[in-house]
Amino acid sequence: MMEIEILRSGFDFLGIYGFFDGFMPDNLDWLVFLITSVILAMVIINALVISTALLTWFERRMLGRFQSRLGPNRWGPFGLLQPIADLVKLLTKEDTIPEGADKPVFTLAPIVFLVPALIVFAVIPLHGSSFLGRLNIGLIFVIAITSVNTLAIFMAGWSSLNKYAMFGAMRAVAMLVSYEIPMGISVVGVAIAAQTLGLSNVVLAQDIPFILVMPLGFLVFITAASAEMSRTPFDLIESDSELGAGYHTEYSGAKFALLQLTEFMAPVIVAALVTTLFLSGWRGYGPIPGPVWFIIKTFVVLFGFVWIRASWPRLRVDQIMSLAWKGLLPLSIVNLFVIAVEVFIFNPGEAGLSTRDLLIMTGINWSITIIALIVIFNVMGQSKLKRPEPVALPLANMYANTTVSKKATDLAEAD
Amino acid sequence: MYGLGLAKGLVVTAKNLVLPSRMMTIQYPDRKVGLLGLSKATDTSLVDLIRKDPVNVFKALLGIADVKTSLPQHPRFRGEEFNWYEQRCTGCASCAKYCPLGIIEIVTSESGDQMQEGQKYHLDKFDIDIGRCMFCGLCVEACPYDALHMGSGFEEGKYRRQDLVIDKRQLVSAKKKPSTWFRPQLSNKNYDPHKGKNVKWDSAGRHEKPSLQQQQDKWAKR
Ligand code: SF4
Ligand code: SF4
Repeated sequence: MMEIEILRSGFDFLGIYGFFDGFMPDNLDWLVFLITSVILAMVIINALVISTALLTWFERRMLGRFQSRLGPNRWGPFGLLQPIADLVKLLTKEDTIPEGADKPVFTLAPIVFLVPALIVFAVIPLHGSSFLGRLNIGLIFVIAITSVNTLAIFMAGWSSLNKYAMFGAMRAVAMLVSYEIPMGISVVGVAIAAQTLGLSNVVLAQDIPFILVMPLGFLVFITAASAEMSRTPFDLIESDSELGAGYHTEYSGAKFALLQLTEFMAPVIVAALVTTLFLSGWRGYGPIPGPVWFIIKTFVVLFGFVWIRASWPRLRVDQIMSLAWKGLLPLSIVNLFVIAVEVFIFNPGEAGLSTRDLLIMTGINWSITIIALIVIFNVMGQSKLKRPEPVALPLANMYANTTVSKKATDLAEAD
Repeated sequence: MYGLGLAKGLVVTAKNLVLPSRMMTIQYPDRKVGLLGLSKATDTSLVDLIRKDPVNVFKALLGIADVKTSLPQHPRFRGEEFNWYEQRCTGCASCAKYCPLGIIEIVTSESGDQMQEGQKYHLDKFDIDIGRCMFCGLCVEACPYDALHMGSGFEEGKYRRQDLVIDKRQLVSAKKKPSTWFRPQLSNKNYDPHKGKNVKWDSAGRHEKPSLQQQQDKWAKR
C-alpha cells in the first residue's frame, strides 16, 4: 500500500484506509479493509438516497409549477417531508409476487437495478478524487456498469409474467441498447479531447467546459442519457398511458420502492456524470469550495431534466428508434470525427490541449454543431413529408361503380 | 424550421413557472404561508407578530403556518344556509307554498300583535330541510316582504341528515349575510356578502321602512 500515492486531502478509500491503518496492527489488514469498505458504502448509499429523496420532492414541486399547479405542499415545510410519507406508504404495503412469476428473478431484479447506480456514484469525482480515489479508467467503468440496467429491466419485465411488463421490457432492451451506442461515441469524443479515461483527469483537462468545446457531443450525450434512464420524452419503457406501468407493473411494496428509488436516482447520477464530463465538474471560481460547485452544476442539469419532462410529449416507438439510429448516431460520429481531426492537428502530446487550442476548437465546433443540427432536423423532418397519401377504401365512395344517381357536384362539372 | 416546436414548448412551461398570474390553484380551506404571508394575512406588522405570536412566527419560518382561506364566490351565489329575518316575516307561508319540493314547514298561531296593521302571525315553527333543497330560489322570489333571502355560505356539511334541517332558532341566530340573488336592493348598493357586514332587517327590504306618521296616515286615520 505504501507505493500508491495516498490522497489524504479527500474523503476517499485510501484516505480512510490510511487513517485506520495508522493505529491497527499489521496482521489485521483485512479488518481495516472491511471497515473502510463499510464506511464508504454507508456514505455513498446515504448520500445518494437522500439526494434522490430530495430530487423526488424537487421534481414534483417543479413539475407542479411548470403545469400551473402547486405540487406536494402539505406535509412538512414546503412539502419537504413528502418523500418520507411516500416511503412509509410504500413500505407498509403488502409485498406481492404473482403466482406464475419466476420468483428468484423477480426478487433479484430490483437489487440488480439498484446496485449499478450506487456503484457508479462511487467513481464520480466530487473534489479532485472520487470515493474510490483516482480511478484511471473511470469512463469505461461508468459505461460498462450502467449497461447492467438493461439486464435488470428485462429481468423485472420477463419474470413477472405480465404482458404489459413484457412489452415494457422488450421496448427497454431495444431502446437502451440502441441509445448506448451514440452515448458511448460521444463519450469517446470527451476522452480524446481530454487525452485520458480517468474522470478526475477529464475534469482537470477542462480549462474551458466541454459543453462549449463540443456542444454536439453534449447534446447527443444528454439526449442519449435521458433515454438511458427512460425519462420523458423517452419514457415508453413504462409509459403509463399505454402499458400500465411497464416493467414494474407487478411490483408492490418494498420491491416497488427499490425500483422507484433507482429510477429517481438515475437523473442524479446522469446529472453528476454530465457535470463531470461537460461542465468541468468541481472546478469553479471564487472562494466557493469545489463540492459546492459540483452540487450547483448538478442541480442545474437536474432542473433541465425536470423542465424537459414537464414540456415535451412522449415519442412513439418507431420515432425513438429512428431518432437513435438516424439522428443521434450520425451526429455523434460527426462530433467524434471533428474532435479527432482537431486533436490530431493540434497534437498536444503529454501536456494535453492548451486553452488556446480549446478556444479554437470551440469556434469550429459551434459552427459545425449548428450546421449539423439544421441538416439533421431537415432530413428527419423530410421523412414526415414523404408519407404516402391515405387511400380511401372502396366502401368510402358509395357512388363509384353505380349509375343510380350522381352527386350534385358531378352534375355541375358535366355542365 | 424543424425542431423549433421543442423550444416553443419549453417557453410555454417556463412562462408557467415564472408568471404568478398563471398559477391556477386556489388553496382551501387553509394555505401554508411564510413570515411575510402571515403578517399580510393577519394584517399585523412583523414586529407585532413576533411579540404577540412567537409560536406562529416560528411555524411560519418553517413554512408550516396555516392561514384560513375562503373560496371566492359571486355575490349572487345561492348559498346553503338561508337568510331569514323574523322581524320581516309575516308568516304568510308563500315561500312554503311555492317550494316545489315542499320542504319549508311553517306553523303559525294568532299573536294579537300589530293589530292596527292587520295582525302579524306568531311563528311557532319555521323549518327548511336544506338536505333536500335544490336551491332554485323560488321561495325567495315568492316572499312578498323580503324576509327570506338565499344565504352566501356553502360549508354546511353535517354527519346526520336530520342536522340538515334548519329550524327557526338557527335561522334567527345565523349571520345575516344574504346573497344578492333576486334582491336588486342589495346589489344596487354593491353589497358583497363575502366581504360586507351583516345586513340588518330594516335595511334588507325593497322599500324604506314607513315612518309611524305614514303608517297612521295610511291605516289608522282612514
Ligand atoms: S330554494 Fe327552492 S327547493 Fe329550496 S326551499 Fe326554496 S323553493 Fe324550496
Ligand atoms: S313568504 Fe316571506 S313573509 Fe311569508 S312566511 Fe315565507 S319568509 Fe315569511
